[in-house]
Amino acid sequence: MMETKTYPIKGMHCASCVRLIERAVGKVPGVNTANVNLATEKLTVAFDKNECSSDQIASAVEGAGYKAIINENIEEDKQQEEKLKELQSLKIKVVASLFLGSLIVWGSFPFLMQFSPYPLQIFWIQLILGSIVQFWPGLTFYHAAIPAFKNRTANMDTLVAIGTTAAYLYSLAVTIFPYIFESLGIEPEPYFDVAAIVIGLILLGRYFEAKAKLGTSEAIKKLLGLAPKTARVIREGKEIDVAISEVIVGDLIRVRPGEKIPVDGEIVEGESSIDESMVTGESIPVDKKQGDIVIGATINKAGSLIFKAGKVGSDTMLAQIIKLVQEAQGSKAPIQRIADLISAYFVPIVIMLAIATFAVWYVFGPAPAFLFSLLNSIAVLIIACPCAMGLATPTAIMVGTGKGAERGILIKDAESLEIAHKVNTVIFDKTGTLTIGKPQVTEIFGDKKVLELAASLEKGSEHSLASAILEKADAEGIRNLEVTGFKAIAGFGIEGKVNGEKYIFGNTKLMEKEGFNLADFEQKIEELENQGNTVMILAGPNKALGLVAVADTLKPSAKDGVQSLLAKKIEVVMITGDNKRAAEAIAKEAGILRVLSEILPQDKEAEVRKIQSEDKIVAMVGDGINDAPALASADIGIAMGTGTDVAIEAAGITLVNKDLRSVASAIELSKKTMRTIKMNLFWAFGYNVILIPVAMGVLYPFLGILLNPIFASAAMALSSISVVSNSLLLKKVKI
Amino acid sequence: MTADKILVLLFSGLGIVFTYWFFLMRKEEEVRVVGNSIDITVEGGYKPDVISIPEGKTTKINFLRKDPSSCLEEVVIGDFKIRKFLPLNEKVSIEITPKKKGEFSFSCGMGMFHGKLIVK
Repeated sequence: MMETKTYPIKGMHCASCVRLIERAVGKVPGVNTANVNLATEKLTVAFDKNECSSDQIASAVEGAGYKAIINENIEEDKQQEEKLKELQSLKIKVVASLFLGSLIVWGSFPFLMQFSPYPLQIFWIQLILGSIVQFWPGLTFYHAAIPAFKNRTANMDTLVAIGTTAAYLYSLAVTIFPYIFESLGIEPEPYFDVAAIVIGLILLGRYFEAKAKLGTSEAIKKLLGLAPKTARVIREGKEIDVAISEVIVGDLIRVRPGEKIPVDGEIVEGESSIDESMVTGESIPVDKKQGDIVIGATINKAGSLIFKAGKVGSDTMLAQIIKLVQEAQGSKAPIQRIADLISAYFVPIVIMLAIATFAVWYVFGPAPAFLFSLLNSIAVLIIACPCAMGLATPTAIMVGTGKGAERGILIKDAESLEIAHKVNTVIFDKTGTLTIGKPQVTEIFGDKKVLELAASLEKGSEHSLASAILEKADAEGIRNLEVTGFKAIAGFGIEGKVNGEKYIFGNTKLMEKEGFNLADFEQKIEELENQGNTVMILAGPNKALGLVAVADTLKPSAKDGVQSLLAKKIEVVMITGDNKRAAEAIAKEAGILRVLSEILPQDKEAEVRKIQSEDKIVAMVGDGINDAPALASADIGIAMGTGTDVAIEAAGITLVNKDLRSVASAIELSKKTMRTIKMNLFWAFGYNVILIPVAMGVLYPFLGILLNPIFASAAMALSSISVVSNSLLLKKVKI
Repeated sequence: MTADKILVLLFSGLGIVFTYWFFLMRKEEEVRVVGNSIDITVEGGYKPDVISIPEGKTTKINFLRKDPSSCLEEVVIGDFKIRKFLPLNEKVSIEITPKKKGEFSFSCGMGMFHGKLIVK
């Protein structure tokens, strides 16, 4: 099938580029013509869709040293378009088959036929109406069943095709040779109504199922729709609007109030309040200024900004989120394995059961044995519903991961979503996860010289607390003294000489090591540490001079985050390298009872394993960078989003909304999704396990109950609709 | 027991055996990928349905769906986190680079039709 497509090309300079690309693309098998327009920088290709794909064309362009842009939205649009077309055609077929089927029922059903026009009662008229349904709307089933049969596989369509064909052929024989049936003692009565109505009802079920399935992939569509189309780039002093695909890293981009930020980058001029809710799920707009990171597809609410593009195309945060969600929706949950295993054997087993039903009814059933055999075996074929089993897990996973993404909870795969609901212990890393991660000086004990000396010594240090002290000194307008002989003593502190005299600055262990008496300070140190401060002591040349207390503040969402986990009866643990007193103080403030303090970064992984050995299912929450091994060793790693990277390898779940309350939400989402999956599977299995024997007639000897194939088809249609609808209900749950 | 009943029993028994043999005892024919790409026709299942690909190398699997059945409209390769819509009569390429040896199944969106990737 020939198709013509146009792709924007990047990296062209001259007419020779045109020939190069045209030649490279022309060599791709299946390509008929390839034309490049240098002015518009576009490639137009006529190619055979059966022989090559856009990807192949793009890689040929790449092979020539250029880049063709394949719009990712095209695939989604095409899927949508094809689905809508399918729905439209299904609708017509459903209406036609149910209308014609009803006419046959009117003309043949014992009570109704008395009120029907005479022509409808004629078997030959019923044959015509039945044939239209069988070979027009019903053709769908043959189209699917015949290739499957050739391939020695069978599916849902095989069952419907065999069932309705049996009813149709029997009715055809009765219509053409009624006397043969009369001579066998069987009343010549056709069942065109059964075949037609079954086809109509199953197609009706398929129509609603397809409609509902469109809703399961809505999250991806919404995310794709967020991507801005153009950017206002400043090139050579001029502001020009360019397509988003043409923005390159390093471009300066102007964003006016109310506009979308086109790509990820760093603000170089201006400040504004930015609504990031659509990407990160963070509901409150964030104030940003020069030097701050902005995320593509978020909305600039107030001021005018100029920012430098840092990530474009597939590297932007939005593109990464879309990729992550798509991958999660493509992954399989372990719970699905059983359904997969059963569905592989399901259809052949149902066919065998239908044959057995026929034989048993024929041999042991009441007269007219042949009719009972035929109708009951058709009912078995029609009622069996493998679709519900196949749809049970993936539809719930799709809705669940999509709902997570809307709230800034990115789930890496179905397995992570499945494990999260079992978590009964959550370990939080302290610095940067529970706390903001930017320590500040909270108190200085001693005279002004203490900060002056401490800041001067810390100038050469790379310790994370140094910046807090230098910032404080800056704010107080203190100038630095000249330091000689600077030395960092790992795990203790620092030392250096000022005006020829030696000073040391560090923890109590350093003071003990150097033999300084801290008697005058002990009470103050204890008091400060109990408040959650890390205390450092300045000493020299022969006595301790004063203290500097530094503390990190809890994130605003920390307390609520911990509380919501405790409310779910989940144990909360904090892990940190801080000293015991300071750690316990900050844990108390957050409402955490169990604290693992003075743990070196490399030992965090072992601590996670220790807790797991207490038979706990552990989630480790960290930033995903410094604590990657701990995250990876936990049953599930939850990373707090930092910057614009979302694909954190060690984490099963990434919280791009940076909200600690989302840890509980993620666990809740997992619980609700798993509940939906279990309900779906229970329903899908239960339905088949109960109703197939009923259709076989096991209740007949005791209760006289038999299942008419028409009711069987209605039940089967409802079964798969109910599974998909149940998954869609996940959209409405509160997490 | 009358002759017709014996006949029905006999043919039903044969029918059950045939169904079992026809659908469940189908031999898997493994197709080895030569070069770096393979075409799979999606029509009543996957042809070929068992393909062996080399470990560590990128292989392009080109799916061409000729079957209008909505069951086959998506292909899912769970272990590689791929769920892809296959437009009718249009080639869709999926690139995979397996990092470990083993057997990985792929299926249609509803898990009715199956295939297997054998990484060697």
